[in-house]
Amino acid sequence: MTWTDHRWIPSVWSVTATIERGAATAPVSAPKKAQRSRRPGGFLRSSNGKKVVMAVTGAIMVLFLLLHMLGNLKIFLGRDSFNEYAHALRTLLEPLAPYRTVLTLVEIVLVASVVLHMWAAISLSRRAHHARPVKYVAKKKSQANGYATHIMRFGGITIALYVVWHLLDLTFGVVNPAGFDSAPAERMIAGFDPSRWWVTLIYLVAVVMVGLHLRHGLWSAFQTLGWANRTRNKALRLTAGLVSAVLVLGFLAPPLAVTFGVVK
Amino acid sequence: MVTYRVEDVSPDMSFLEMLDVLNERLILEGDDPIAFDHDCREGICGMCGMVINGVAHGEQRATTTCQLHMRHFEDGAEITIEPWRAAPFPVVKDLVVDRSAFDRIIQAGGFVSVPAGSAPDAHSIPVRKENADAAFDAATCIGCGACVAACPNGSASLFTAAKITHLSLLPQGQPERLTRAKAMVDQMDAEGFGGCTNTGECTAVCPKGIPLDAIAQMNSDYLKANAK
Repeated sequence: MTWTDHRWIPSVWSVTATIERGAATAPVSAPKKAQRSRRPGGFLRSSNGKKVVMAVTGAIMVLFLLLHMLGNLKIFLGRDSFNEYAHALRTLLEPLAPYRTVLTLVEIVLVASVVLHMWAAISLSRRAHHARPVKYVAKKKSQANGYATHIMRFGGITIALYVVWHLLDLTFGVVNPAGFDSAPAERMIAGFDPSRWWVTLIYLVAVVMVGLHLRHGLWSAFQTLGWANRTRNKALRLTAGLVSAVLVLGFLAPPLAVTFGVVK
Repeated sequence: MVTYRVEDVSPDMSFLEMLDVLNERLILEGDDPIAFDHDCREGICGMCGMVINGVAHGEQRATTTCQLHMRHFEDGAEITIEPWRAAPFPVVKDLVVDRSAFDRIIQAGGFVSVPAGSAPDAHSIPVRKENADAAFDAATCIGCGACVAACPNGSASLFTAAKITHLSLLPQGQPERLTRAKAMVDQMDAEGFGGCTNTGECTAVCPKGIPLDAIAQMNSDYLKANAK
């Protein structure tokens, strides 16, 4: 057998290509806009400015969630401990300031944060929508983490709807079997009663959604505020993941404990 | 969208050569050939670029369309080819888009306005190794526009950030650092690109693998420029 026995046989393939054949959407000469750019708006009208609003309001909400989670864990120290904590929140700085001063201030800041966060989100998604008026025909496969876009926009709406339910359930007691006049601990234990397992399920889905939202959102905030760089990136991503995980576990512990009868 | 059967494709052909084969046939048959942009065909000019099966420059990572070979597909494969789709990139014809918006972002500040003279001696201006590396990574951007095409928001943040970062990390870029960041980001917005939501789709398809850190650098410079 010699080398001439091996003959190189070229392989010939055929493929089917579906190609966009389009009439021009652009004039071939440069558009008028090219000569002079539109006068830029202020910081808050820029896409970066809106992202900063999202990052800062998001950070405020994360700080609130951390305190809220720590407060919830008081239920493990007993009903009285939880009720005392709830009472203490309302009587904070009491001799100096009227009843519920601190709590009302916190509520104002939170409502403002939610409104601004949503304003920036809606404004940015509208902008994104205008930036791609014609969608891709081929189903776009995500080349990166992939979940972020869905979990941020769809997740944000889900979380907002859940918060409405959550306030009706445990704050105003409208949809809670214990009602508005009950003590906070009674509302929590009645709300997550084993017979109302579906409430715990809604809560579980919502909290996991919050966790996923924050896992991307927290890191995204660091990036938006310009703190991320190649040396810090790993640590920042880890922080985002850890904070999200701690929040999910901390928020899930009390309702699961009530539903499974650990806390009575 | 029109479907064509392309015969005589060698696995060793580049993606653009496959289109050349198709175009030769179309011309012989008296049809209009498919218009697509290309120039160097060695992955450094940034002219070529199309969305192949939903992925900018195809699924092969860190590769321009001209450097993508048919061996990454299969015999009998069905391939969907689309242009970059973004409002600031109007379609000129078929797969050719007008990327002048990128030029206008560069014109807004992507330069150093000092008399450069002849090339200075190496090491006459010391640059930290880390900065030199990061600046060089950013400077490898060829402006192909894949970042815009891949971004779910149609954002040009990775391109603009790369152009800002490669100057803002070098001593020559310092005097205009903040005005540059502001001018270029504002121009990017004025062109109608979307905002960045840090999904990382851009970095994933970037033929030069420009890292997302560049966007953080841009955000930081833009914030500082606005704080002034």
